[in-house]
Amino acid sequence: MAEKNVLLTMKGLRIEGRADEEWLEIVKGVDLTLHRGEVLGLIGESGAGKSTIGLAAMGFARDGCRISGGEILFDGIDLRKASESERRALRGKRIAYVAQSAAASFNPAHKLIDQYCEAPVEHGVMGRAEASHDAKELYAKMQLPQPETIGFRYPHQVSGGQLQRAMTAMAMACRPDLIIFDEPTTALDVTTQIEVLAAIRNIVEQFDTAAIYITHDLAVVAQMADKIKVLLRGEEVEEAETRAMLDAPSKDYTRSLWAVRSYARAAQAPVRDATPVVSVRNVTAGYGTINVLTDISFDIHARRTVAVVGESGSGKSTAARVITGLLPPRMGEILFNGSALPPDYRRRTRDQLRQAQMIYQMADTALNPKQKLRELIGRPAQMYLGLNGKALDARVRDLLRVIELEPNDYIDRLPSELSGGQKQRIGIARALAAEPQFIICDEVTSALDQLVAEGILKLLDKLQSEFSLAYMFITHDLATVKAIADEVVVMKNGVVVEQGPKSEMFQPPHDPYTELLLSSVPEMDPDWLDNLLAERAAGGAGAKAESAGN
Amino acid sequence: MPHIWTMILQRLALGLVTLFVVSLIIFLGTELLPSDFAQEILGQSATPETVAALRAQLGLNDPMHVRFGNWLADVVQGDFGVSLANGQSVSALIGRRLGNTLSLALYAAAIAVPLSLMLGILAALFRNSIFDRVANASALTAISFPEFFVAYILIFYLAGAGGAFPSMANFRGEPSFGDYLYRSFLPALTLTLVVTAHMMRMTRAAIINLLASPYIEMARLKGMTPMRVIVRHALPNALAPIINVVALNLAYLITGVVIVEVVFVYPGLGQLMVDSVSARDMPVVQGIALVFAAAYVLLNLTADVLATLSNPRLVHRR
Amino acid sequence: MGFLTGLLWFFAAIAVAMAAGWLFRKGVIAVAPRGVAKEMRTAPLTASFGMLMILIYILVALSAHWIAPFGETTIVGREYEPWGNVHLLGTDNLGRDMLSRLIYAARNTVGIAFITTALAFILGSILGLLAAIVGGWPDQLLSRAVDVLMAIPALIFALLLLTIVGTSVVNMILVIALIDSTRVFRLARAVAMNIVVMDYVEAAKLRGEGLWRLIMREILPNAMAPLVAEFGLRFCFVFLTISALSFLGLGIQPPTADWGSMVKDNATLISFGDITPLLPAGAIALLTVSVNFVVDWQLHRASGLKE
Repeated sequence: MAEKNVLLTMKGLRIEGRADEEWLEIVKGVDLTLHRGEVLGLIGESGAGKSTIGLAAMGFARDGCRISGGEILFDGIDLRKASESERRALRGKRIAYVAQSAAASFNPAHKLIDQYCEAPVEHGVMGRAEASHDAKELYAKMQLPQPETIGFRYPHQVSGGQLQRAMTAMAMACRPDLIIFDEPTTALDVTTQIEVLAAIRNIVEQFDTAAIYITHDLAVVAQMADKIKVLLRGEEVEEAETRAMLDAPSKDYTRSLWAVRSYARAAQAPVRDATPVVSVRNVTAGYGTINVLTDISFDIHARRTVAVVGESGSGKSTAARVITGLLPPRMGEILFNGSALPPDYRRRTRDQLRQAQMIYQMADTALNPKQKLRELIGRPAQMYLGLNGKALDARVRDLLRVIELEPNDYIDRLPSELSGGQKQRIGIARALAAEPQFIICDEVTSALDQLVAEGILKLLDKLQSEFSLAYMFITHDLATVKAIADEVVVMKNGVVVEQGPKSEMFQPPHDPYTELLLSSVPEMDPDWLDNLLAERAAGGAGAKAESAGN
Repeated sequence: MPHIWTMILQRLALGLVTLFVVSLIIFLGTELLPSDFAQEILGQSATPETVAALRAQLGLNDPMHVRFGNWLADVVQGDFGVSLANGQSVSALIGRRLGNTLSLALYAAAIAVPLSLMLGILAALFRNSIFDRVANASALTAISFPEFFVAYILIFYLAGAGGAFPSMANFRGEPSFGDYLYRSFLPALTLTLVVTAHMMRMTRAAIINLLASPYIEMARLKGMTPMRVIVRHALPNALAPIINVVALNLAYLITGVVIVEVVFVYPGLGQLMVDSVSARDMPVVQGIALVFAAAYVLLNLTADVLATLSNPRLVHRR
Repeated sequence: MGFLTGLLWFFAAIAVAMAAGWLFRKGVIAVAPRGVAKEMRTAPLTASFGMLMILIYILVALSAHWIAPFGETTIVGREYEPWGNVHLLGTDNLGRDMLSRLIYAARNTVGIAFITTALAFILGSILGLLAAIVGGWPDQLLSRAVDVLMAIPALIFALLLLTIVGTSVVNMILVIALIDSTRVFRLARAVAMNIVVMDYVEAAKLRGEGLWRLIMREILPNAMAPLVAEFGLRFCFVFLTISALSFLGLGIQPPTADWGSMVKDNATLISFGDITPLLPAGAIALLTVSVNFVVDWQLHRASGLKE
């Protein structure tokens, strides 16, 4: 591409962040070149520095960060040498930013349309009336419902997916040369994500805007970017055009990111005539006057994993609470090895409590930060199995070995000294310490980076065969379901929409919701989004109407 | 009716209920009197007849709910009973002094509120600068000083022999406005200093909290000038927390007034209350406690309602 | 003493205070075990100074009996003698030695304030923690009751209760402890509510842990930091309230030495240009400032860095 088409270059960019009293380097010499109309995907795990680099492209550093070295040239303007007012003149007008959480980034005190018009009016690009008119046009382009009037609402009156699109429209207001998208769909449900991705792609193409698309999701970046740059801990790993990188990544780290989605558990023969370890029978449960679950039933057998899938509000976590006895059901019952469990956990015997254990999603809230690992893992063993003294110590060490952590190094540490993946392993060890028959995994990999998540899944798999465990795996991520489930239960709004063996679930015919869910999971094919949109436009005005409600 | 008004009515109702329960507690004060209270008041030389008469006068013989009903009815009509010390009508005693205390509080508030809001906002905007650190340390020091310490220091330097202001604010009758301001300057200044310190710190904390919000960063990323970010983005959302801060501290003024009035011999409710407590003059103490408590409840209620009205999330529902 | 000389002394005092704080911090870092030294390094000068003063106050309070030159209530001279060689700070309105009374008052006022704060704290935090854990109607009941009690301004309520029960030291301690425990309840409950929703508390409940273990092993260790800071703040408030009440003549009664009442008794000296009555008031202020500086430092660290 010709030189005059280069919009943004970064050479040897270095950024430092402050931790307590010292400055540590977060970004260690990154180079970047972006041409007009080009979309660059910045991908990496948490801590890779992608957000920080994105903000640096606007000459901005958050509180506690500073740009310490390198050069940033935007259309010939040196951003580091420019004055603050020169940089301000660029921001919002020629370089725009779309934040991760639209709900937090819109001012709750002003209407959407006022916030849209602010940038063009203050930067002198358009008058108020013209900007207002433009807003409505863009809202329509973004497929927002009632584009003529939605601008007159306040942010808290609009749903998450709609806000994200409104934020993208707002970024376009001054027709900038470059937009920075900072994980715009990470917080959204998979079905909502499609709408937003399509809208972003459309508008970027229509106005021929250059974009930097930041995400940790490989399949998403494959849909949106012309070229991809992989980052690890503040340094570049590799960069290539999208198709080239997908077909043949050259670095090991890149390849390992790709490999996660291809992990799959060995297929299991279906169970015949055995009493299920846990049986949920016609359970209806709720709070106050509302029912969160309505007449759900499923069985979980030993050595099998049942994945309970659904989006937010589907009731999957509530099902776990009913099984553990935290929420007694209004109707129905829970059977354990054939006999009914008391609905309230306070009425269950210690042995009944021991048999069913739970692993939580956020290890930070699941482990008491003031207790050493020795106590965290040892307490269940002490309470349920009556172990003490030397026997207890030996058992704790055994468990640490099982979760692949060296006992001597870790036994006296506090959770704050561990990484996210290690903390999750401790959660697993704590569950194992009780020697249960059944473990509920509540979104245990949802908060982890993909590589780390894969490690956890492999460990859980190994433990299941070694200890003959039955798993109930709650998740919203279909890729994980594909990887580890034997049976699948799909839930929506408290009802079981479809359930059955995994092999059946991933083949048509489906319940329309399952169809929607399955098709909304991005795949590693750059054309996937285009194909999907074409399919949906042709195949179902119905499906589209259902999903446009987001 | 729009839901916001329902919400406000609910708050008002809650305020009234609180007031009722508070008055009940204050009334119960008489109930908790040791049974020979009448005896104690009259002293050793009291005869059984005078004790019985006093008990009858205090209404200690009727059943409790009757007494409470009577008392409440009286209070609502403005009759707080009669002082045990000098036989005067309690409401007359209070009435005279209530105006004085209110003026003093208003005098202090008029200076303190704008001053502390300004200082607090500036400190938040220039946080960690020298100005901020000094302001913070000074405020922390000021709130640690007992009011009488501040009062006496001011008297030491600004009053006494050769001082500019009078050390005692015991005016009689109705002074002119200018004269009033002059005589009450020192007590008002004492109150102002302590209240300003509290308010400044709280305002600073609230604004700093606000400035850390993502939408403030977003405004900056849209290239808005710092002035516009503060005025159009931060301030509209700062109303609710600032109203809360001001209300909390105005309520604090009510208690600070007591010490100040004693030190400066200012003819207000605070001084009357202290004297009555020493004399165990129950009706007066009850009356003043009720007035103070009512003011406190009303202030908090107003703050609550104002904060609700200035929160767009509550005014415009989904 | 003139205004300018006063101002000069004031700035000199600040300089000395900062220097003392700096030296104290250096000293502690040098001799303390690793964990404590690490904490001290983050302490600003104000907090170091505060810690130093608190230690001095505690020492004086504990050793009052041995270091005071004269008795607490013994009359040793004429009234209002000026500062001299025998009586370093002169005598008070009844002819007792000022310095000795100042020292004894440290023991009395600080001691009583501490006991009152401890009482308020124990009552308020136990109820607050229980309310958060048990929830349901006991929580509602307690919270409503506390709301109502807090609707009456603290000083007014104290005065009201003291009118009823009479002004003695024991009554004052109980009244202030009761009133202050409501503030502690609010805070303890709020802190505990944040902890009770954590997954590890749910996990402990599912294990069948009893209430005692839940409080002692799961909740309390995670609530310590804000609770300890609150203890400091409550101490300041109680200390100032007791001094105010004593100043008004409604608190610690004569002849017990107490800073608040000492100010009141000797107030006439101020109109003669003698700053002696400001000394006990200054003693109150100095301790409160010190505690406030230390608590502020801890709160600043705990809140993370929004700054």
